[in-house]
Amino acid sequence: MTTAELMDYTEVVTRFDPVLGLEVHVELSTATKMFCGCANQFGGEPNTHVCPTCLGLPGSLPVLNALAVESAIRIGLALNCEIAPWCRFARKNYFYPDMPKNFQTSQYDEPIAFNGYLDVTLDDGEVVRVQIERAHMEEDTGKSLHVGGATGRIHGAEHSLLDYNRAGVPLIEIVTKTIEGTGERAPEVARAYVSTLRDLLKALDVSDVRMDQGSLRCDANVSLMERGAAEFGTRTETKNVNSLRSVERAVRYEMTRQAAILAGGGSILQETRHFEEASGTTRAGRRKETSEDYRYFPEPDLVPIAPSAEWVQELRGTLPELPAERRKRVQAEWSLTDLELRDLVNAGAIDLVAATADAGAPPAEARSWWMSYLSQQANTRGVELGALPITPGQVARVIALVADGSLTNKLARDVVDGVLNGEGEPDHVVETRGLKVVSDDSALYAAVDEALAANPDVATKIRDGKHAAAGAIVGAVMKTTKGQADAKRVRELILERCGA
Amino acid sequence: MSELTRLDAADIAAKVAAKEVSAVEVTQAHLDRIAAVDHAVHAFLHVDTDRALAAAKAVDDDVAAGRPAASPLAGVPLALKDVLTMQGAPTTCGSKVLEHWQPPYDATVTQRLRAAGVVILGKTNMDEFAMGSSTENSAFGPTRNPWDLDRIPGGSGGGSSAALAAFEAPLAIGTDTGGSIRQPGAVTGTVGVKPTYGTVSRFGLVAFSSSLDQAGPCARTVLDAALLHEVIAGHDPLDSTSIDAPVPPVVAAAREGATGDLKGVKVGVVTEFAGDGYEHGVAEAFAAAVEQLRALGAEIVEVSCPSFDLALPAYYLIAPSEASSNLARFDAMRYGLRVGDDGGHSAEEVMSLTRAAGFGAEVKRRIMLGTYALSAGYYDAYYGSAQKVRTLIMRDFDAAFAQVDVLVSPTTPTTAFKIGERTADPMAMYRADLCTIPSNLAGNAALSVPCGLADGLPVGMQIMSPALQDQRGYRVAAAYELARNAAQGGPLINRVPELEVAH
Repeated sequence: MTTAELMDYTEVVTRFDPVLGLEVHVELSTATKMFCGCANQFGGEPNTHVCPTCLGLPGSLPVLNALAVESAIRIGLALNCEIAPWCRFARKNYFYPDMPKNFQTSQYDEPIAFNGYLDVTLDDGEVVRVQIERAHMEEDTGKSLHVGGATGRIHGAEHSLLDYNRAGVPLIEIVTKTIEGTGERAPEVARAYVSTLRDLLKALDVSDVRMDQGSLRCDANVSLMERGAAEFGTRTETKNVNSLRSVERAVRYEMTRQAAILAGGGSILQETRHFEEASGTTRAGRRKETSEDYRYFPEPDLVPIAPSAEWVQELRGTLPELPAERRKRVQAEWSLTDLELRDLVNAGAIDLVAATADAGAPPAEARSWWMSYLSQQANTRGVELGALPITPGQVARVIALVADGSLTNKLARDVVDGVLNGEGEPDHVVETRGLKVVSDDSALYAAVDEALAANPDVATKIRDGKHAAAGAIVGAVMKTTKGQADAKRVRELILERCGA
Repeated sequence: MSELTRLDAADIAAKVAAKEVSAVEVTQAHLDRIAAVDHAVHAFLHVDTDRALAAAKAVDDDVAAGRPAASPLAGVPLALKDVLTMQGAPTTCGSKVLEHWQPPYDATVTQRLRAAGVVILGKTNMDEFAMGSSTENSAFGPTRNPWDLDRIPGGSGGGSSAALAAFEAPLAIGTDTGGSIRQPGAVTGTVGVKPTYGTVSRFGLVAFSSSLDQAGPCARTVLDAALLHEVIAGHDPLDSTSIDAPVPPVVAAAREGATGDLKGVKVGVVTEFAGDGYEHGVAEAFAAAVEQLRALGAEIVEVSCPSFDLALPAYYLIAPSEASSNLARFDAMRYGLRVGDDGGHSAEEVMSLTRAAGFGAEVKRRIMLGTYALSAGYYDAYYGSAQKVRTLIMRDFDAAFAQVDVLVSPTTPTTAFKIGERTADPMAMYRADLCTIPSNLAGNAALSVPCGLADGLPVGMQIMSPALQDQRGYRVAAAYELARNAAQGGPLINRVPELEVAH
């Protein structure tokens, strides 16, 4: 395989305008599959969540999952789409071993939701409105595992194993209109779009949105046009983009690859490409000899879907506060600057801070914990903030222990470390690690007296009214009590002993 | 031949309930009859002896224990078309591609038959995937017409109708996509009913054309068909196209018809279904039947349904289009025939080799027709136009039923033709369904009732009713059946020649 020539990115965006189109597939987290009663579950022994319908056995028929329709409508509404008062499923016909019926039951020219938009905030606060063409329902395929051969692909494999557990899992495909005019920020816009969409779907509680498990998948269509050109260039469609970072890398890579070809007088092949996570490059999929004709026609085994206006209205009422609105509200309630809000958003901390506040902590304290100490811990561990093994409730408890004087800030960090180490609830960690503030004045008097005796010069200064000198004695006491004393109380006792 | 095999289903059920005869005896008599004559008729692809006897025994146990009968057909044997799944037995659809396939589940129709205490004798022969009008397209050899073994028994459900005419079973299940119940009924002198689309579940019916397929009852009398109709019909949540409405009161209608009075009933004769292409004997028998209806008190009017002339071409776009998609699943990957899996072929090649070897010529022809009709650039002209014709046909029916209660026509333009006579001429074969197709396209109810003989071969009269008004056809058919029996010296089926019995 030859390495593709790439153009320097700065040159790419000086010479070309990128045009994007993003297709996102979301697996719904309904209890059962789209057209049968089989469990909709990730994992599981191969071919254990199957029945005549999702295996496409002769004579079997589909029955539509009403909850999937409900989720589709809610997604459509959250994306500011119109909801079709009448629509149908269609059959998309093509042969592939992981598709039991050799047609996919999907929606074609009658999607359930269409003509919407999603506002996407970039890292610097700029808002880009991405137009949504449609959101439609379809079923997922099974999975193939190609054994033997070097590539793990069907060609060259010795044999293939098929798992139909995923066959018939409900999917919503969300398709953008072409996204133009984003220039050098195109890769960032692509990532921010998928990220915003992911947050939105999470808030709707309709999907696990796990890109690593394939419950959210993105296909990125990229083309370039010469600056000032009137017509779009030829696009490629990149699949296998399995993380937010990959979305950005894949778009950027395609731009540099296509630009080099165009600059060299070549032309872009309209093709499907696969993103390679390790190298950050894309490679061509198998070339099709003929263009695919899916021979769509209305699915005769299902009746049309006609959501009543009342039902749609009712579902509109079930929409949770969406991430964008939530941010606006949180910013006002917590009196955040734009920058503070953006940091919070970028760190993925809004929900965590809000949940911590809901558990009783003052929002400012909660924000401080998540944005500083816990963020550092997440960085050290190389995980996302939300993946830390500590709950907002536990953080709120630690904050409460500080507030009532049971813990100092330093002790509180030790308690958090204990929780992160899996040592149990905060109170348990306090107990087992013996981290309680020493609040017994008699023990403190002894330590204070000892420290004053050891530092007679300082003691004299304090007695002479130089109260600031007490800091040195506080430090000494804290040292002997291994930080378990309340520094404020120690200071009070020192001044008392010195008669100041 | 045991007299038990000459009995109607209603009589058998009554005798079993009254302990005059056991269900096991009745079942054994039919199994013996199958063993004696099916070598000549070839109505069955699979005879399910052990399970049939076990099912009969269960009915006898109920009777002995004084438990109420599961249905008015408890203990009655039945022949099931091999396009409906039945757990524990093969379902082949008359195709090599499914030759040894054993479905892991029962069709809703099968399940309802079992629950009703109906004894399933086995699976009947059919044109491959129900595509044909003669049963010659079966991969396992043709079925022969008991009236003349050199002739076809109709199709695609020739096995089911031939089993009735050969007294191998008193009841059978067929499926009707373009006439596959009614046309075999007509050419074998038996009753065949296509219920309103959506009133009999398609769950477990291996799809040929999903928007047209409908299972229905086959019997030797109108009442028996009605009794079977009520056993298999009714809403099924497993079939999304199933209609959630009460089953039309077809048994009551058949009994009402048997009083012999059709006063106040308006019957429309479809003017388009006459003239060139209709055999003289068929036209004559049909005309006599219409006169019989008039004599029973019915008012006869002529009704024109101009769009019916477009039904055949529209059907041959819609049905193959859906079939091309429905039959895509037969790809050797999960079940059924597998050809070329020798390590030297890719999955796509195995699919292709299997389909080339597993499907017969007619199935391939329709897959190609349908694939073409759905192709980009042709869809609007073919599939799209055909759907418009479908709407026109529905409007013709609506207009006609605004004037009359039922419509009548010959069921098929000719009597049973000779085996091999039309195999080289698909268009001639397709014309056998000329009169039956409109009701599939519109989804309304239609049945065929024997209406006489032409040159010694049975002729059928088709009676069409509005959707969900299936009972109208039963009433008219039952009244007519009674009068015809009286006028023609007993049931027509009694005139079927004796078959040579194997020893």
